[in-house]
Amino acid sequence: MSTPRRVLVLGATSGIAQAVARVYAAGGARLALVARSREHLATVASDLAVRGGEVVLQRSIDLCELDRHRTLLAEAETALDGLDVVLVAHGLLPDQQACQEDPRRSVASWDVNFVSAATLMEAAAERMAAAGRGTLGVLSSVAGERGRADNYVYGAAKAALTTYASGLGHRLRGTGVTVVTLKPGPVDTPMIRGRNISPGLVADVDVVGRRIHRALERGERVVYVPGKWRWIMAVLRALPVRLFERLKV
Amino acid sequence: MVRNGEMEASSEVSGPESWGRYPRVPQEAVALAWADDPLPDGPAVLAHGMGRSYGDSCLNAEGPVLLTRALRRFISFDSQAGVLRAEAGTTLGEVTELALTRGWMPPVLPGTQFVTLGGAVANDIHGKGHHRTGAFGRHVRALGLRRSDGSLHALRPGEPLFEATVAGLGLTGLITWVEIQLERVPGAWVEAEGTRFRSLEEVQALDEESRETHAHTVAWIDGLARGRALGRGVFFRGNLVAGPQKLPRRPTPRRVPEAPEFLLSPFVLRTFNALYDHLPRWRSRTSVWKFFHPLDALGGWNRLYGRRGFFQHQSVVPDLEGVRALLALTSTRGQGSFLSVLKRFGSLSSPGMLSFPRPGWTLTVDVPNRGEETLAYLDEMDAVVRTYGGAIYPAKDARMSGETFRLGYPRVDEFAAFIDPRFRSRLWARVMG
Repeated sequence: MSTPRRVLVLGATSGIAQAVARVYAAGGARLALVARSREHLATVASDLAVRGGEVVLQRSIDLCELDRHRTLLAEAETALDGLDVVLVAHGLLPDQQACQEDPRRSVASWDVNFVSAATLMEAAAERMAAAGRGTLGVLSSVAGERGRADNYVYGAAKAALTTYASGLGHRLRGTGVTVVTLKPGPVDTPMIRGRNISPGLVADVDVVGRRIHRALERGERVVYVPGKWRWIMAVLRALPVRLFERLKV
Repeated sequence: MVRNGEMEASSEVSGPESWGRYPRVPQEAVALAWADDPLPDGPAVLAHGMGRSYGDSCLNAEGPVLLTRALRRFISFDSQAGVLRAEAGTTLGEVTELALTRGWMPPVLPGTQFVTLGGAVANDIHGKGHHRTGAFGRHVRALGLRRSDGSLHALRPGEPLFEATVAGLGLTGLITWVEIQLERVPGAWVEAEGTRFRSLEEVQALDEESRETHAHTVAWIDGLARGRALGRGVFFRGNLVAGPQKLPRRPTPRRVPEAPEFLLSPFVLRTFNALYDHLPRWRSRTSVWKFFHPLDALGGWNRLYGRRGFFQHQSVVPDLEGVRALLALTSTRGQGSFLSVLKRFGSLSSPGMLSFPRPGWTLTVDVPNRGEETLAYLDEMDAVVRTYGGAIYPAKDARMSGETFRLGYPRVDEFAAFIDPRFRSRLWARVMG
């Protein structure tokens, strides 16, 4: 790569975002990083710098402050001198049980996982479409494919995000901007540790990071990570409701 | 951060395991995402990195272990001076991979790349280059330690808490970052040589002759050979060389299915016999990954010992007579410890109060767990080690007695004063409790 890739990572302290950013950094990318915690962001930024990345911007803001999105995008575009890749990666895995008991917790998780992610995508799309180029990646999840008893509050937000990304990609056809919807299965990050998931289904975070990097660089449209989830979810979606409800999945 | 109450669906015991998979006990775990995450409640905690300690030094009976694998960010790298600082959950493999891009390597590499910096410090690990570079702790310039009272310490060599934390088995607090001095290397390749020997006298001679000429030496011993064949084996030695410009790719961890041990023994035996019978002496150029970490290619080879797990008995004794006595025992009572590893430690001192490496010969024997008879046999091994004034490596141990431990580690009382009151391990409770 002769000119460095110019990459904005939103939610840069998430486990998957760090893994993707590590791959970009190793390739000498120029990076703008956004996350809530200033300290944690600084930790991630030094890591990426050691690996060969050029970190040109660190912003610690709460992405649920929707009014700040446009300024943020403008700032990042200036600092990076253009946007090749924007990765929307912030999110959280709420406690399903607690959400069932307290609707405010559900809404708070949707604000993070859907509302702020969707509006950020819109803001990023606007700038990238104006420039006539760029790749807009968004971290959705296989959890959004079919609601399951133990995480449908999370899954519903991810389903909405997947739908939003699909519509946005459709709208942006012909503008030079590609929307990449990323659907990881469970990944070995602190977010999922302690959940009751069979170890064989949990993917290594570095493998996931490399796969997502490749998907973004190739402009793939809808990507299951790892790929086997495409087939697992196809089967799961196709199951009749009565059968599905009897499964412990 | 999530509590790990009921993880694991595929086997009867839940939670993180040690590498020997013995003792098999449920282990609660809490994953740390950041070094400043709050410590969980409960009487005691213990850091757990890659789980490559064989016995119970990485397990905690009185509360959760703290999974440190997400603490794997580099903090700084001075590629002129070769000084690297990284979070304690970073593996030596990750450090090596980065360092090689600028012509550096860690000066101490153990048998697997899948160990964390924190674990390397807490066990003051050693490698094939011990005769030249000493133990890992010698190359630590500074380390971050977080104590349960909330204090953060940046420790440097010479400070008492540093000397307690190096080889401190994770008991002095949570190691949050480690800064090491790397070593200049000409490239990522090793000019390796294997020579077969028929006796301990021969391997001693090979070791003497290689001490100045080869940076890395180790011997494989046929643990089943008896009588006149006792002490036969293959001596490996190597030096780093420039080799091809393109760096060899770092192998990534693989998970292998649990299998009965009869699948493992033929593999190792066949490799050994092929070397022994057909190649009296060979040379080859191989990558650092293959030379330093041969078993990594097998992935989770520990699972090949089946669900009862296995023991690794690693001892150090001052001279070859002790090794001879141990081999006499393994060859007659070996219980399938078909292959042993022998390495001579050099005279460079280790910085930790509880460091294992000391002048002498270290012998490592794998023993499948067959219950009581295995434990009795290992006790006999310990008795030999005590007779010859040696010590057992706690990182490998799941069953030595408190007496054996104390005899091998005379500074244990001095060390105990530095233990963090909220950090505990099964090993410590067992040998000191």
